[in-house]
Amino acid sequence: MSDERNPMEQFTCPAPLPPQDKVLLGHGSGGRLSAELLRDVFLPAFRNPVLAQLNDQAIVNVDGIRLAFTTDSFVVKPLFFPGGDIGSLAVYGTVNDLAMGGALPLFLSAAFIVEEGLSMEFLRKIVASFQRAAGEVGIEVVTGDTKVVEKGKGDGLFINTSGIGRVPAGVNLSANQARPADRVLLSGPVGDHGIALLSQREGLTFETPLVSDSAPLHTLVAAMLEVGPGIRCLRDPTRGGLSSTLNEIAALSRVGVVLDEPAIPIKEEVRGACELLGLDPLYVANEGKLVAIVEAAQAEKMLAAMRAHPLARDAQIIGTVTEANRGLVTMRTLLGTTRIVDMLSGDQLPRIC
Amino acid sequence: MKYLDEYRDARIARALVGQLARRVTRPWVLMEICGGQTHTLMRYGIDELIPPQIELVHGPGCPVCVTPLEILDKAIRIASLPDVTLVSYGDMLRVPGSRSDLFHVKANGGNVRVAYSPMEALKIARAHPDRRVVFLGIGFETTAPANAMAVWQAARDGLQNFSMLVSHVLVPPAIRLLLGSPRNRVQGFIAPGHVCTVMGYREYEVLSREYRVPIVVGGFEPIDLLEAISMLVAQLEGGRAEVENQYVRSVTYEGNRSAQELMRRVFEVCDRKWRGIGVIPRSGLRLRAEFVAHDAEKVFGIGEEAAEEPAECISAQVLQGLKKPVECPAFGGRCTPGKPLGAPMVSAEGACAAYYQYRRHSRATPGDLP
Repeated sequence: MSDERNPMEQFTCPAPLPPQDKVLLGHGSGGRLSAELLRDVFLPAFRNPVLAQLNDQAIVNVDGIRLAFTTDSFVVKPLFFPGGDIGSLAVYGTVNDLAMGGALPLFLSAAFIVEEGLSMEFLRKIVASFQRAAGEVGIEVVTGDTKVVEKGKGDGLFINTSGIGRVPAGVNLSANQARPADRVLLSGPVGDHGIALLSQREGLTFETPLVSDSAPLHTLVAAMLEVGPGIRCLRDPTRGGLSSTLNEIAALSRVGVVLDEPAIPIKEEVRGACELLGLDPLYVANEGKLVAIVEAAQAEKMLAAMRAHPLARDAQIIGTVTEANRGLVTMRTLLGTTRIVDMLSGDQLPRIC
Repeated sequence: MKYLDEYRDARIARALVGQLARRVTRPWVLMEICGGQTHTLMRYGIDELIPPQIELVHGPGCPVCVTPLEILDKAIRIASLPDVTLVSYGDMLRVPGSRSDLFHVKANGGNVRVAYSPMEALKIARAHPDRRVVFLGIGFETTAPANAMAVWQAARDGLQNFSMLVSHVLVPPAIRLLLGSPRNRVQGFIAPGHVCTVMGYREYEVLSREYRVPIVVGGFEPIDLLEAISMLVAQLEGGRAEVENQYVRSVTYEGNRSAQELMRRVFEVCDRKWRGIGVIPRSGLRLRAEFVAHDAEKVFGIGEEAAEEPAECISAQVLQGLKKPVECPAFGGRCTPGKPLGAPMVSAEGACAAYYQYRRHSRATPGDLP
């Protein structure tokens, strides 16, 4: 090949696409696209100081009583999955959002959007599971709504729940309170929920069946609050996984977070499935885990309290909050080098090879 | 996890780095061909571990990055047809075509699905005889056998509603192009382990002899790459230029002969345009004429459409190893994975995206916000 005509000398590149004029699936991923949707569409419209905190729940003061208020919609597929179903998930998800504000769950709403043609037996099972979960938590379902949409206009069943809880005096948790030197605690292995669902959808099987970690975290939070002050912030790393949650905390608190890769608990089955599917478990959803940012002096005591609770036996201190690299989450890798743990743009996409 | 933890072991890594430090006496420039290897190097920070005399530059082996704009535009046009289901590997969906990407086609009502294998597309075609199912068959020699199998089975079973939009590329012609450039700095190559699992490494011997360049077939885990680097440095320091195989647990000299046979039956070698590079002679695969019924370009009668890509970034220099992604003024600012200016910022396997995802903190100073 003639050297002066070498095509390597003529690299060209694509121009950027114009700004998005349509909502993409990735806008619902919990990653950067979701954050942009909030920033560009919703926050400017509803601007107020409570919303601006961007916590999992709003804490409002009503005649001197601090109430936590939150809402969440559940669009999980399949409706029944190993370790749970959309009914219990819709209860636990909202209970956990209340619990992350330190609130005791009190009241719950239930809105069911049902697609025409859904099996009545399925619906009964899901409602029974919803009721069982609410009973177990001790939260009362005090209001609700039902809509039926035409076949093809829904995905079997969508559920929305809103919850109200009471925040005990002296409890003040928020994602903008992480301070340098604080420790990052994780209540147990990550990725179980997302991989359990994906495995069912992809038909993957394991020697030990993998189940979702879907569980209510309010008693764990209560046990942690009993240790005393020192918790700055609690979050449950659901959609977008551990990575997105820590990136949000780093951004809202204007701090860096350094993770210690060997300390992050991940089950073998989850690691194996992620290797096969080309996914990173740090971005996979959880439904029964929490991340706590805790004052360094209290970290060991808090860890012990967590490990004493059945839902956090495998809790670990997985990292430290830093002054450096503000807004970024970095990780000491297995080899002792450092890399970024970035927020994903949209959904995780498996690589080609 | 067995067969993985051993290849990510810090103790073994330290021993290999020690061996490397004893071996190296002067500067060397090495290139890993495959984007998967680039990804591992960045993810584990291997360039931080190795002696500073060894410079790693990153090759053009990111299948998503080099798939030409014209093919994407064709895929987007086909996927927009109402009776078509377009099936693709996941990371192709975000790659920008001239005006849109497959995510936007999906948002506009197009039936676009992600699959891990072309065989899933066959299944969809069998289950939905009323729909025309098209698989976007891209990639290097790694994905070619499975794509060939899908087309071969469709032909065998007379599955008339299945076709493939093929844009395969081959590694050896790209290495030849790099070595032929007067500005080439690369003194040793890590050849792509998965491509060689299929093809073996006989065809790399010609390149090594002709250009007197050492080539080591390498795997994808950190220990694989450290060992491959060490083997290359041993050759360079000893004045040797041979093809060696580090990835012995997967690669044999002859490769997978049944896979090669299937590829030969279904595909033929052709000139192929590489995104950001241009046409490289005899660097691609296309369907043979007898499979015309499953050739999406023919089935949909979509002709060549020139797509222009304005020169705005430095991917030319990046992929030749002349510049690092972080030396680009647009890196991380005007050019991010969300809004890529150039192909290497698009896929996780692209060099710029790997730097962006894992390494931009080395540029950040305390107090900086992203």
